[in-house]
Amino acid sequence: MNSLILRTTTRPIIVVLLLISIFLLLRGHDLPGGGFIGGLVAAAAAALYAIAFGDEAAAKLLRVHPELLVGWGMAAAVAAGLLGMVAGREFLTGLWWVIAVGDQELKLSTPLLFDVGVYLVVVGVILRFVLSLEER
Amino acid sequence: MLSALLLAFGVALAAPWLTVRLGRSAGWVLALLPAGLTAYFLSLGPRVAAGEPLEQRVAWVPQLGVELAFRVDGLSLLFGLLIAGIGTFVAIYAGGYLAGDRQLPRFYLLLFSFMAAMLGVVTSDDLILLFVFWELTSITSFFLIGYQHESEESRANALQGLFVTAGGGLAMLAGFVLLGSMAGTYRISELLAAPGVLVEHPAYPVALALVALGAFTKSAQWPFHFWLPNAMAAPTPVSSYLHSATMVKAGVYLLARLAPGLGGTPAWFWLLTLVGGATVLAATGLTLLQRDSKRLLAYSTIVALGTMVLLIGVGTDAAIKAMVVFLFAHALYKAPLFMAAGSVDHEAGTRDVTRLRGLGRSMPWTWLAAGLAGVSAAGLPPMLGFVGKELAYEALFAAPWLLAGLIVAGAVLLLVAVMVAWVPFAGRSVRAPKAPHEAPLSMLVGPLALAVLGLTFGLAPGLVQDGLMRPAAAAVLGAPYAFDLYLWHGLTLALGLSLLTISLGVVLAATWRRWQPLLVARLAGVRFGPVAVYAGGWRGLLRFAELQTRFVQSDDLRHHLTTIVTFTVALTGGVALWRGGLDGMVWAPAAAYLHEFLYLAVILLATATVVRSHSRLAVITSLGVVGFGVAFVFVLFAAPDLAITQFLVDTLVVIIAALVLIRLPSSALRAEGGRDTRWLSGIIAVAGGALITGLLLAVTGLPFDGSLTHFFEANSYPVARGRNIVNVILVDFRAVDTLAEVIVLAVAAAGVGALLRRRLGGDDADVPAPRVDREGDGR
Repeated sequence: MNSLILRTTTRPIIVVLLLISIFLLLRGHDLPGGGFIGGLVAAAAAALYAIAFGDEAAAKLLRVHPELLVGWGMAAAVAAGLLGMVAGREFLTGLWWVIAVGDQELKLSTPLLFDVGVYLVVVGVILRFVLSLEER
Repeated sequence: MLSALLLAFGVALAAPWLTVRLGRSAGWVLALLPAGLTAYFLSLGPRVAAGEPLEQRVAWVPQLGVELAFRVDGLSLLFGLLIAGIGTFVAIYAGGYLAGDRQLPRFYLLLFSFMAAMLGVVTSDDLILLFVFWELTSITSFFLIGYQHESEESRANALQGLFVTAGGGLAMLAGFVLLGSMAGTYRISELLAAPGVLVEHPAYPVALALVALGAFTKSAQWPFHFWLPNAMAAPTPVSSYLHSATMVKAGVYLLARLAPGLGGTPAWFWLLTLVGGATVLAATGLTLLQRDSKRLLAYSTIVALGTMVLLIGVGTDAAIKAMVVFLFAHALYKAPLFMAAGSVDHEAGTRDVTRLRGLGRSMPWTWLAAGLAGVSAAGLPPMLGFVGKELAYEALFAAPWLLAGLIVAGAVLLLVAVMVAWVPFAGRSVRAPKAPHEAPLSMLVGPLALAVLGLTFGLAPGLVQDGLMRPAAAAVLGAPYAFDLYLWHGLTLALGLSLLTISLGVVLAATWRRWQPLLVARLAGVRFGPVAVYAGGWRGLLRFAELQTRFVQSDDLRHHLTTIVTFTVALTGGVALWRGGLDGMVWAPAAAYLHEFLYLAVILLATATVVRSHSRLAVITSLGVVGFGVAFVFVLFAAPDLAITQFLVDTLVVIIAALVLIRLPSSALRAEGGRDTRWLSGIIAVAGGALITGLLLAVTGLPFDGSLTHFFEANSYPVARGRNIVNVILVDFRAVDTLAEVIVLAVAAAGVGALLRRRLGGDDADVPAPRVDREGDGR
């Protein structure tokens, strides 16, 4: 779609959208959000970019093939499950590491890794659809 | 035992890599695996012969009482030795036969996986474990038979073998589950220890029939025999392996294994002797029609298998003794005969025995191997095959009809031996499609070694009597059985019958050239029998699948949705009406705020637009508005995660749908469909909506069970360290569900990606893009 207004507004908007998507992903465990929702927001941002600038530009911005994102996402989700087994527990048992950073706590966990996997799969899947349709 | 199997599977996985690395010597080096396994089984020999079977158990699925239980007794030992021993020579032979074949690495992977699965079948002491290995042999043999996968015939034959054997395998699984519930255990040794429990159980006939179905299909018993000759599509090393020691013998193994627990009843006797006898008769007749050396051998294998099943059915001490010796002898002569036939095909260019003469001069060693094995196959002294045949005759003295059938079959086996091991080699003048020369060493070692073994054990049956034959027979009988084997029995009735068999066979062979073409010509037009039933059933299945798919999954989206919604309404609504309506329905409008009505108005207005609009773009956008309205309702009722998801999903659906519409020709953007179909669609849609509304109202009318909510509220933070219950459920409590959904999404993306790529022909298309369908243009 060749629209100057769309192109001009898209750039700042997708920066904000991508930041929001990561914000939603990270805070998901305690507040509304999570990997699925975050992934949808990121995918919407990428779809907006693809509409404004065309699929080639979007693919260039993305750098990797969407199917690769799907693969990495699945790998992350399965790895999160296997880590639980490595620790001698059942598959997909959550493990937590709380690191103190100043007066804040940084909470790393296998559920977070799992959620990152979900995020990547969702982004990859939707972009696979959108980019195949945008292709000319 | 478990470690031996794991090693075998491990080497199988490494085999492709090793084959590439080792080059020409791959066959010799890889044969070390089966050779090592043979040595392992040999080392078990003394303790097994002493009546101490090797037992090993590892927990597998304790909740279901399924375990990795292995037990090597006399029967398992006999089969294990045959599988590993003949496997050794097959691996060496294949190295020569398939030298230079591009797919040789893949071949060794399949061959060794198959061998390991076969070893698993004969050493499992757990019914479920046995079933798993059993199916594994079906699958690996499917790939082996279809090895030349570029040939359509080869693929079809592989598929036929898989359908018949795996279909029987399913019946067998049902039989196993029945047996397990009848006896309260899946462990085979325990099942067999209490035979009365099984035989007197009311479900015994059903279990017997199901298990026998599995064994009969696997062992190519009539009327399931037809897949075996077609399995000739496999390369010769595979054929020789499938026929002599593995695959088809698995059914015989299963019957022999379960004989102490299931046998000894009239049902067992009649089922096995009738099917075995019918198999012998049918295969004997069909053998007479063959000219291809491999097909001749294939039908003679079916004759042998029928004989073994028949002997197991008779089940007397003498019959089991005969079965065990005959089985051993058959394995030792059938493998070299196949290998020799393969060598002839390889070096002289055909398997049609009528087109071959005088190969003996150029292929003396192959002839020697084929000749020795042929003498054994014909049941002549001094080979082990002679011992086995005499024992079989003795065992059947009480049943003259079976005996008569076996004598005719024996004569035909002699005919086959002459056709394969004498006719192509004998004579001074050479006749062959290409100049013959002797096979390489790798293709001589196996046939020679096995044929010589058949001679040695024939001359001195005492060598295997105590260590192999007695323990094996004891395992089938369920009790120790001491017997002695002799080559020379003296002037007995069995010897007289042998002479009769031999004379009949010689007459058949001498006159073969005269009657065989006439017989073939007479029977060429016959088009009935099990093969026709199979082919008809196969075509019928495909036709039914096509009809059904066309009906429920039509290409027309409207038709598709109509089917789904109509069935849901009819089934769910029908059940609701039948049960006396949705009586728990409560109509209690709690909302009274003005803004709630506003959202409702927006949703209704957008719905009206969807129905009235003639532009597809407007319809899609309005649907998005409906979705947003619903999302606002979620916001009102404090379900933020749900609301966000709904907003995002609706946004993306509109974007994706719009992208699809933009690609379509402009005429397709107008909603089509005549007035009458719109009315019909309307009625169906309203009925669907009404049903869901009614169900929802009925559900909310039920008392709310808050136990799950309470559980998640109480445990979300203490156990899973998260305050957002929705997310904690997704990534922790129910993470396996989410993982499965992620996989589903990925598969859908791969499928949709491939479809769109084909249809639209994108840049990364690796298939030629078909013409873009522009159906709407002309209207």
